[in-house]
Amino acid sequence: MNQTTSSFRKRVMQQPWDLWWIQALRLTRIEVKRNLFSWRASWIYFLAFIPTLIILIHVAVGRRLQLSMDDDTEILAGIIQFYYIRLGIFFGCLGIFSRLIRGEMIERSLHFYFLSPVRREVILLAKFAAGSISALLLFGSAILADFILTYTVFGATGHDYIFNGPGLGQLEAYLMITVLACLGYGAVFLLLSLIFKNPTPAAMIVMGWEAINPIAPSLLQKISVASYLRHLMPVNVPAEGIFALLTVQTEAESVWTATLGLLVLIVLVLVYSCYRIRTFEIRYTTE
Amino acid sequence: MSETNDLIIFDDVSKFYGEVLGVNRISLSIPPGITTLVGPNGSGKTTLMNLMTGLVQPSSGHISVMGLTPGDVAEFFRNVGYCTQFDFFPRGLNGWEFIFDSLMLHGMDEVDAFGLTTEALQRVRLGDAAGRKIAGYSKGMRQKIRLAQAIAHRPRVLVLDEPLNGLDPMARAESIALFEELGRQGMHLLISSHILDEVDRISDRVVLITGGYLVAQGNIQQVRQEVRDKPMQVLIRCDRPELLASRMFAVDHCVEARVHADGKGVFLRTGDVDQFYSMLNGIAAEGLVKIDAVAPADDDANAIYQYLIGSDGSAS
Repeated sequence: MNQTTSSFRKRVMQQPWDLWWIQALRLTRIEVKRNLFSWRASWIYFLAFIPTLIILIHVAVGRRLQLSMDDDTEILAGIIQFYYIRLGIFFGCLGIFSRLIRGEMIERSLHFYFLSPVRREVILLAKFAAGSISALLLFGSAILADFILTYTVFGATGHDYIFNGPGLGQLEAYLMITVLACLGYGAVFLLLSLIFKNPTPAAMIVMGWEAINPIAPSLLQKISVASYLRHLMPVNVPAEGIFALLTVQTEAESVWTATLGLLVLIVLVLVYSCYRIRTFEIRYTTE
Repeated sequence: MSETNDLIIFDDVSKFYGEVLGVNRISLSIPPGITTLVGPNGSGKTTLMNLMTGLVQPSSGHISVMGLTPGDVAEFFRNVGYCTQFDFFPRGLNGWEFIFDSLMLHGMDEVDAFGLTTEALQRVRLGDAAGRKIAGYSKGMRQKIRLAQAIAHRPRVLVLDEPLNGLDPMARAESIALFEELGRQGMHLLISSHILDEVDRISDRVVLITGGYLVAQGNIQQVRQEVRDKPMQVLIRCDRPELLASRMFAVDHCVEARVHADGKGVFLRTGDVDQFYSMLNGIAAEGLVKIDAVAPADDDANAIYQYLIGSDGSAS
């Protein structure tokens, strides 16, 4: 047993980790540049910053109205829970991550990577990292801007809410949710793009699944990104009608359990994606 | 280095795309030098090259390139360069970035990558256009930049799928000169091309495939030997071609005679080369016809291709 462990450890140590790391870093840099500085990404910029624009208009108009900070705090939480997680980050990640492999198959340029001396697992993980960084930069900065705009209008009270009240904690939670949402949806859509030529129908099924997940049996609730994220929301959103379905928490979980649960889900999806890409074939003629 | 480590080996390799045959039970052993892969469209040339480089997986059989398999990614692609016929590139890159980025993925430092990028661009004479976006390149320039990317890391094996497509005559000549030079340096070159007349001159051997099946392989003379039962065409330069044609055409094995366009020679097609030369010597000895030169007129890949595969692509 000890001999097997020692031989396994030796094999792991003999792998060219330094080279893989350098290759992954360089590939990630190339991909981030391509993800962010392209006209095709403009609709993802729109998805990320449309609430920011609306909040900006609200703030401009609100200077002449009596705004309530409690109401605006709930509105911001609602925007993040209903818009960003369910729509903005969902579709943004669909656009970014499904393009990483499948998009290059459609553009017929994936073979350049597959003909380089880089392990396919490294290519996949570097592309995932690049997609995650791109999504985080876009949606993280959008949510940060939303947060700042929401409380700036309240002047000193807003400043006090952020720095001496629960504001910074909420911001931290929102950013954590954004990170996990990007990683979670990113991993799922990357896998879907490896399995399906057109991952959009499958993504729509995922969207439906995420919506009905709260009423699913306890075990099935674990196979969902949004169900973990609900437990991390710092502000409860009073929801009625159909929206109540999106906020219900049937299984109480601690923040750590939810975070760890989602991370395990992401790792499992990525491990399976690595397995899939090893036998992935370049067959442009059938695309 | 063992002998096997110097060869490209296809061992009973088959590839099926669902129920569609790509290639069937191909066994090949290719030594260093320039090898031309000849076959009509859809014959399996690109499938063979994609199998060799791991872009598609064989349904059965085994492939090794100088003792390496595509599964051993790092070592394999340090030794192999593949210039595909896919005329597509990663978006937004200029020629320089395309090559430099691909070299950086090898793990080399920037100074080395810079030097090799410059060298590769100079070899394909694309240095002046390196800073321009590839999207603005002509077809010929795109072909050249793909070739530059394939040779930039100085591989030992270079696979070229239709490398002369889209090139003007000058660029074709330059590319062929480059292939010759690389071949002389001991590199493995596997070239598929429809422009047989040009690659034929530099090929050490040919591999003929059609419909996914291997038809023949070897150097051009060897392959020609395999089809000795097929009539062979010989050009005889002489002062009285009509007389020679009438004398030769009188015997059974001579099946066709055609006077050369300049009137100073005759093409004769014979089914028995030995008898043919024996008779020709006799006529020369008689002194009726002054023979200046004798040369096989179809000892090239194009003629063999026509014999073995036919103009319609069906193997005879």
